Amino acid sequence: MNTQVQSDPHAAAAWVARQAEVMAALSKVLPREALLHRREDTVAYECDALTAYRRAPMLVALPESEVQVSAVLKTCHALGVAIVARGAGTGLSGGALPHEQGVTLSLARLNRILRIDPTARTATVQCGVRNLAISDAAAPFDLYYAPDPSSQIACTIGGNVAENSGGVHCLKYGLTLHNVLRIKGYTADGEMVEFGSEALDAPGLDLLPLVVGSEGMLAVVTQVTVRLTPKPQTARCIMASFDSVETAGSAVANIIAAGIIPAGLELMDRPMTAAVENFVHAGYDLQAAAILLCESDGTVEEVDEEVERMRSVLERCGATRLEVSADEEQRLRFWSGRKNAFPASGRISPDYMCMDSTIPRKRLAEMLRAIEKMEQKYGLRCVNVFHAGDGNLHPLILFDANDPDQLHRCELFGAEILETSVRLGGTVSGEHGVGVEKLNSMCVQFSAAELEQMLAIKRAFDPDGLLNPGKAVPTLHRCAEYGKMHVHRGLLPFAELPRF
Amino acid sequence: MSPTPDAPTDPALVRLIDQVRTAQDEVRPVRIRGGGSKDFYGGTLTGELLELEQLRGICSYEPTEMVITARAGTTLRELEEALSEHGQHLCFEPPRFGAGGAQATLGGMVAAGLAGPARAAAGGVRDFVLGACVLNGRGELLRFGGQVVKNVAGYDVARLFVGSMGVLGVICEVSLKVPPLPAASASVELACEEAEALHLMQAWTRAALPVNASAWRAGVMRVRLCGAAAAVRSARERLAKQSGVRTLEPEAAVPYWTALRDQSDAFFSAPGAPAVSLALWRISVPSTTPPLDLPGETLIEWGGAQRWLYSHASPQKIRETAARAGGHASVFRAEPRAPDFLAPISAPLERIHRALKKSFDPAGIFNRGRLYPWM
Repeated sequence: MNTQVQSDPHAAAAWVARQAEVMAALSKVLPREALLHRREDTVAYECDALTAYRRAPMLVALPESEVQVSAVLKTCHALGVAIVARGAGTGLSGGALPHEQGVTLSLARLNRILRIDPTARTATVQCGVRNLAISDAAAPFDLYYAPDPSSQIACTIGGNVAENSGGVHCLKYGLTLHNVLRIKGYTADGEMVEFGSEALDAPGLDLLPLVVGSEGMLAVVTQVTVRLTPKPQTARCIMASFDSVETAGSAVANIIAAGIIPAGLELMDRPMTAAVENFVHAGYDLQAAAILLCESDGTVEEVDEEVERMRSVLERCGATRLEVSADEEQRLRFWSGRKNAFPASGRISPDYMCMDSTIPRKRLAEMLRAIEKMEQKYGLRCVNVFHAGDGNLHPLILFDANDPDQLHRCELFGAEILETSVRLGGTVSGEHGVGVEKLNSMCVQFSAAELEQMLAIKRAFDPDGLLNPGKAVPTLHRCAEYGKMHVHRGLLPFAELPRF
Repeated sequence: MSPTPDAPTDPALVRLIDQVRTAQDEVRPVRIRGGGSKDFYGGTLTGELLELEQLRGICSYEPTEMVITARAGTTLRELEEALSEHGQHLCFEPPRFGAGGAQATLGGMVAAGLAGPARAAAGGVRDFVLGACVLNGRGELLRFGGQVVKNVAGYDVARLFVGSMGVLGVICEVSLKVPPLPAASASVELACEEAEALHLMQAWTRAALPVNASAWRAGVMRVRLCGAAAAVRSARERLAKQSGVRTLEPEAAVPYWTALRDQSDAFFSAPGAPAVSLALWRISVPSTTPPLDLPGETLIEWGGAQRWLYSHASPQKIRETAARAGGHASVFRAEPRAPDFLAPISAPLERIHRALKKSFDPAGIFNRGRLYPWM
């Protein structure tokens, strides 16, 4: 029960009565142990990995089968109860933040791998299967599932679909969308739907890209068929140092201009490098203004050829130090710092806030300069890791959440990074999703008509607005309050709405 | 920053918006048309022509970003010429249907969502659309997606327009990801029967050979390998040794794949092609589907995932066979044209289709009947 409800005895009584009503209805379709209603049981579900936002759900339902998922949806639909689907809860934008009058639908028990087809190179799995578990199951066939979000040990494929998750290797192998063939799920009223197919297309409008990345707002995904990729024979990584972020940025552009698509292309600035070196002792160059990790994978011949081309571009672009991994151990050591960027930041600061915007690659240096200015302006430090190959930034703003003023400055800092990203031609979220965290920033990126069209799409799938309401797409009213809707074609947005 | 065409200064766009608003006010159906290279394709053609020829030109092209943005009426020829100057390409090989791409347009390419021989390896049109600026039925110009590869802000509406056959709105401008041309390519040929060809296509791809395209027809399989020079060379040598494939010289290979892509291959167009009065079916199935139990002439592409068919079998039989295999069959070309060219969809999906159509095009003016008779 949230504080607002607690403080109002009438609201509290109504909430308790409603909880009992929904509980009774769901008890008819789920076994008793698959329903949690006591505060001490539901507390584990009150946030995802964006822990700054917490809310207790009214109930938590833990179905074990797709039939049960459908039954829960039908029951909630009949009662007009909101549903928040949840996988492993590793999301970084609050997409799984509960609804205080709603049911959190934990799909973690739908964790069966249904079929691995090595010939077709596909895996059909239930939504609660962990990302890495798919690759583990495919490994005996020398296949793997390519998208590799950093939480892949824990995150589920259903959550990956909801967020269209990326990862270090998506420059070459694509995002979740590019690796999903078919989704089976249920609409808000519990009807079974399939998007895509095991063929390369399906008849009618292509709804798959709409559902992938829709943050659980259009349908509840229960089954996913993914494409598996043959494991590359080998991989080698180049670690290059640069004496300015400008030269590092131009090296990235030149790699792409040379027609090379690295398997991974990652950049860390000096403060980030110092933080991770302290943590993993990988031998990073602490003098460098920026470190670039550039990976090639494929057959041995292919990798040798590509590494030579990469090396020559990096040298020409002014790399001050350059090392090519000689073996797998060294390659993993090169990556160890990058992969530990978040925990390393956690060691140098009580808290950090991870941003996730994308900008055109050529604006990288400009963006990093702007962030330096913001550090002065807000009096907070920021360390930067960057999926340089696809322009996806992860600035980590360091702060102490126990100091309300720092938290406030951190939020302003983050919002300015996002707004700057939009101004530079980018987007407020590259791979973590909008959730609740970036709702206001959506008002900066999209016009009223664009947001209204998205809300209309939501209604087309879910006319009663029961699936994860209030996430991903802000209402026009909210944008008016935020006062940041961009002026579109010279028209004042929401002229009709009252201002506060 | 904004890839949105600037309404006040672009007369073609101003006129277009005006035409759409008038059409909506008067509830007058319009038929959106780029170069007309795909007039033959889809359900019925209804309404007054809404021509996009004037809305053309490349807005921005950044080879180092691998992104090109162009107006919908830009021809594929213009687009591909600009890309090839910088060693990049439309790697999904959209069919140009003649005139060397001087007729087919970017907007039509997206609306039809058709891809060529490289589809199975490289991805489809949808995989390379990064953003689009579209005009809905209320005459509102909307921009979705953007010019960056990773973007999860809001629903991915730009990609919904791929293959929408114009029923949701007018595509005005599109941003595409444009990868580099492969460093090397080689094509090989092998005489074999259909079942063996399907088996080999699967086996070679699974063995991580750089298979970029494959086709089988009338006892001959051809496969194109693309990638790093060393990888292509070693794959070709391995296939020659292990399967006895013959290398196709580029003078023969390039025109062959181009003809498949543009459907100028004899199978699609030559006089005396198997009964020209028969409909050409496009059957999309999981690639591992064994030879389909249907009479007629067939051409297989995409490692088995796309099968073209001229057949005397009934449409019902063809559709059932495809559905049983986990796929679907569509009438690609027929005279007279088939209003229900696509396989039907489930009731919940149909409900979503109708609601989506209404959300974009409340008056129902765009391309009535082009996707489904009921839309």
